[in-house]
Amino acid sequence: MYLILIGFFSGIIGGMGIGGGTLLIPALTLFTPLTQQQAQGVNLLSFIPVAFVALITHFKNKDVETSISIPFIGLGILGSIIGSFLAVKLSSHILKISFGIFLFFMGAYEFFYKEKSRTK
Amino acid sequence: MPLLNLYYVGEKMKKKIFTFKFILLGITTGLVNGLFGSGGGTILILGMFFLLDIDEHKAHATAISIILPLALVSTFIYMKHGIIVWPVTLKIMTGGILGGYIGAKLLSKIPEYLLRKIFAVFMIIAAIRMVF
Repeated sequence: MYLILIGFFSGIIGGMGIGGGTLLIPALTLFTPLTQQQAQGVNLLSFIPVAFVALITHFKNKDVETSISIPFIGLGILGSIIGSFLAVKLSSHILKISFGIFLFFMGAYEFFYKEKSRTK
Repeated sequence: MPLLNLYYVGEKMKKKIFTFKFILLGITTGLVNGLFGSGGGTILILGMFFLLDIDEHKAHATAISIILPLALVSTFIYMKHGIIVWPVTLKIMTGGILGGYIGAKLLSKIPEYLLRKIFAVFMIIAAIRMVF
């Protein structure tokens, strides 16, 4: 039951477009016996159906710039393969600490985020 | 439309696509998303704002179209190594779909800057607990 609750709260955050995954993973490693890798796997897998449904709507609204996404997918897959193999090879403890450092910077970024901060 | 364009025509200007920074951003996005199982989208959206002249709404939609195939590749590699826990994921997904729906509805009712600040504080607390 508490798993559904964790999913529910991260879903609310994700639905608001603030990145539910970045809080789902620490919630899982801190409150459940899952390893860091398993928690990351939960986030990756649960992202797929949600993103698929959202993408259908975005395609219908013509909001997807395929001229950008196609080259990025190619480059990104290359990075994903390296990153994923690194993730499965690292010890759960080291990966958890690395994730914590990454999360700290993501949190700092969100905290200082400004709506019109981009330089044109 | 050709599959690979050399330029992206943005809101106000034309931007060259295959620059060193663009290639670096693409690989970094995948690397982070695979290594940490999240966060690729945030980096990608931030990077797209700086490198390409893209509207925020389109940046979000385009980011999902990029992260989805990357998540598929990463999930496949994780699965091959036996670290996908199906029963937990199904429960998280059930709650997540319900929460996602409510979150999207709530978005218009709570000021976004306040939300960002609250979640940022949660993220920093979680980060400190994970490191120490």
